[in-house]
Amino acid sequence: MKKRLLTVLSFILLSAVIITGCGLNRDAEGNTTAKRVTLINVSYDPTRELYEAYNSYFEKKWKKETGQTVEVIQSHGGSGKQALEVANGLKADVVTLALAADTNSVARSGLIASDWQSRLPDNSCPYYSTIVLLVRKGNPKNIKDWDDLTRSDVSVVTPNPKTSGGARWNYLAAYAYALKKYDNDESFAIEFMRKLYRNVSVLDSGARASTTSFTENGQGDVLICWENEAYLTLQNDGKDYELIYPSVSIKAETPVSVVDSVVKSHGTRKVAEAYLKDLYEKEAQEICAKNYYRPSDTAVLKEHSKQFPTDLEMVTIDDFGGWDKVTKKHFADGGIFDQIYE
Amino acid sequence: MEQKKNDGILKWVLIIIAAFFLFIMVIMPLGMVVAGSFAMGFKYYIASITDKYTLKALSLTLRATIASVICTSVFGLMAAWAVTRYSFPGKKIIKSIIDIPVTISPVICGMIFLLLFGRQGFIYPLLDKVGIDVIFAVPGIIIVTVFVTLPMVFREIVPVLEARGTEEEEAAAMMGASGWTIFTKITFPSIKWPFIYGMILSASRAMGEFGAVSVISGHLRGLTNTLPLHVEILFNEFNTTEAFAVASILVMLSIALLILRLVLQYVSKRKISRMQKATA
Amino acid sequence: MERSTSKKIIPGFGLTFGITVAILGLLVILPLSYIVIYTLKLSPKEFFGVIFTRRVLTSFWISISTAFIAMLINTVMGILIAFVLVRYDFPGKKLMDGLIEIPFALPTAVAGISLTALYRENGALGRFFHHFGIPVAYSRFGIVIALTFVSIPYVIRSVQPVLQNLDPSIEEAASSMGASRFKTFRKVIFPEIEPAVFSGAALAFGRCLGEYGSVVFIAGNMPYKTEIVPLIIMSKLQEFSYSEASAIAFVMLIISFLILMISNIVASHNIKIKGGVS
Repeated sequence: MKKRLLTVLSFILLSAVIITGCGLNRDAEGNTTAKRVTLINVSYDPTRELYEAYNSYFEKKWKKETGQTVEVIQSHGGSGKQALEVANGLKADVVTLALAADTNSVARSGLIASDWQSRLPDNSCPYYSTIVLLVRKGNPKNIKDWDDLTRSDVSVVTPNPKTSGGARWNYLAAYAYALKKYDNDESFAIEFMRKLYRNVSVLDSGARASTTSFTENGQGDVLICWENEAYLTLQNDGKDYELIYPSVSIKAETPVSVVDSVVKSHGTRKVAEAYLKDLYEKEAQEICAKNYYRPSDTAVLKEHSKQFPTDLEMVTIDDFGGWDKVTKKHFADGGIFDQIYE
Repeated sequence: MEQKKNDGILKWVLIIIAAFFLFIMVIMPLGMVVAGSFAMGFKYYIASITDKYTLKALSLTLRATIASVICTSVFGLMAAWAVTRYSFPGKKIIKSIIDIPVTISPVICGMIFLLLFGRQGFIYPLLDKVGIDVIFAVPGIIIVTVFVTLPMVFREIVPVLEARGTEEEEAAAMMGASGWTIFTKITFPSIKWPFIYGMILSASRAMGEFGAVSVISGHLRGLTNTLPLHVEILFNEFNTTEAFAVASILVMLSIALLILRLVLQYVSKRKISRMQKATA
Repeated sequence: MERSTSKKIIPGFGLTFGITVAILGLLVILPLSYIVIYTLKLSPKEFFGVIFTRRVLTSFWISISTAFIAMLINTVMGILIAFVLVRYDFPGKKLMDGLIEIPFALPTAVAGISLTALYRENGALGRFFHHFGIPVAYSRFGIVIALTFVSIPYVIRSVQPVLQNLDPSIEEAASSMGASRFKTFRKVIFPEIEPAVFSGAALAFGRCLGEYGSVVFIAGNMPYKTEIVPLIIMSKLQEFSYSEASAIAFVMLIISFLILMISNIVASHNIKIKGGVS
């Protein structure tokens, strides 16, 4: 009897040790006055290359200025999912998400002060992007503008705005065009969107998955995507695709913020704020431009005007009345996007 | 004679159907992975699988897998014993509840642990005070992996135990054998192989688990990325070759499991034949 | 009658039962109760408002029908493969045996990506179907393929051990008495493996119903066409509508729980019948 009990108990103990033992190697971090400090930057999918470059720049700079070694740990994923995770306890020191709406949902859960977007210049956007069209080489379907995407012979690839932040920008860029075309008549604009989304052949859950569907799997005639994503694709296989700038697009603001309650408990406010502030420096702005993000510094933007045509007409999210209004009207349950598919 | 000949034909027809199905459904996707991982040459392949982040992800995956195998084994033996050797009210409900973790959607599984350990759960303030991170940290990943593999061993053992019945154990018990003796001498030998199958299944499943872990991992590079998550991240970086290379590590691990099983089978066969020789 | 007495005869009930219930309670029932708690935050009207929208109902239909077809494929193929693996000797048998777990070990996302590459219009296998004008990737057919892949091991691995423990002499006796192969299988083998088939199939079905990682890559995710339930739950979560996500998850849970109950009842029912005969 005893022997049996002992074996069973040791089994359970062993598994308990394994489970808790794995938890132990985390608490070495807490100490921030120490020579090493860790920053967690929770971001969205396409910023990987950007932050890889910027992190090594910042780590060097911070070491020189303060003598402290900082290690930035990145987390990338769909913007909405990342926001959900931060709101649920993912200990991010800074969030660099795809749209203010996602940062707002983190703020609403009480982790970030509600005035976050006014704490840094340019609506807290050290860099931004816009929405463009990517077509196959030679533009066989002769796609010039948003209008062509509603033609019955065109097949479109764009992600689902319900699960992807980038897709919301895509949707709004097209909607802005429709409003302009029909003199702000919403019912016509909605009809335009219905036609456009009827042509969508693959509605992936994220922006990167859409790019893969378009490039690797050969779906669709046109991909609606971030400008930076389009350039990245061209950089990889430039001979297969062409970039088309539509007549109207949207200024896709991708704001950054410190997560107040996390930096408080980690004691990392100083380094986190410096991390975001330094994004506005000239060298960092160059890094942004090199990674195909439009720098907020107009002088740097001008230097790269070949890459970023500045004559493109861009509406902003404020033209639609801000994210709260837009989300409720278009993307919430039963909103316009749902009606399009009714 | 006629029947024998037909049997031969039938045998090969069945084998060919099975092989064809597995070829299309398993080998071809597998081939895509292997071809993909060597697309940029052998050197690049080695570089990608020895990358710092890949190795960290591998170590996390192995830890979660070991924890899962231990838990599912202990739980499986206990639960299978309780469910097949005794009758008690609510048995069918318990059996069905045990199965839930396998059939539950990974999304739902991730979600319930998000709700349980996340900031709106009532456990969170408690854990926060003590300074233990469960969700978006290693413990959460291990708990979720244990959860999805929990019934694996149980599922394998129960049908065999049920088919065997309880007569032998009852007889032994009436002769005064202790529960432990009955288990080691009578029950375990007959369920040894299903038990090992179950462990291998749970190890495979734990290694490959993606959906549930993805919801509660936080994708912190070098900290909470398991191999499958690392593969996804590499895909999203457009590093297709590296992604396939890392995926091929998982394939190699499951081949290692297969070899382990073959070795075990071989050893036990030798043992049996030696025993037979000794008795002869 | 014998069954009810066995409780007292074999020792160890308290220990094994206690640990089983404790682990189940902590690891399964407590977390699951959260779904119920969050669902109860909705009034019945709100609850039905979430479930009975055409979009959600359609996705349930898509999930259930594709999962069912995948389950059927895997049940038939699973019995066949298990039989081949247990009864026949042939070169490459061990390789075949070892392949079975691959779908588990391969992350579902990788499976989704490779299957999409294979079954797209110009993919190695998709080309064949495209020739007949059948689209595979980005259609419900694609979902079935992905689901079939992820649930291959269940039926095989639950039937295999039972077949191994089965005495082949009964079959031989049956066939020597002139029963046809098929008849031997139907009358002698199948009744023995039936519980295992049911439980494996039920598990496969449950797994298919909930599969997310591989399907989102191959399905195309079009609302009303190829949008599955887990995807809807995921998007509800990302809108921070926890209760709505829970409500849909709750319905999913009920469905898989019912299926498991049915399979367990059918399985033990069969054992009782057999027990009565012998």
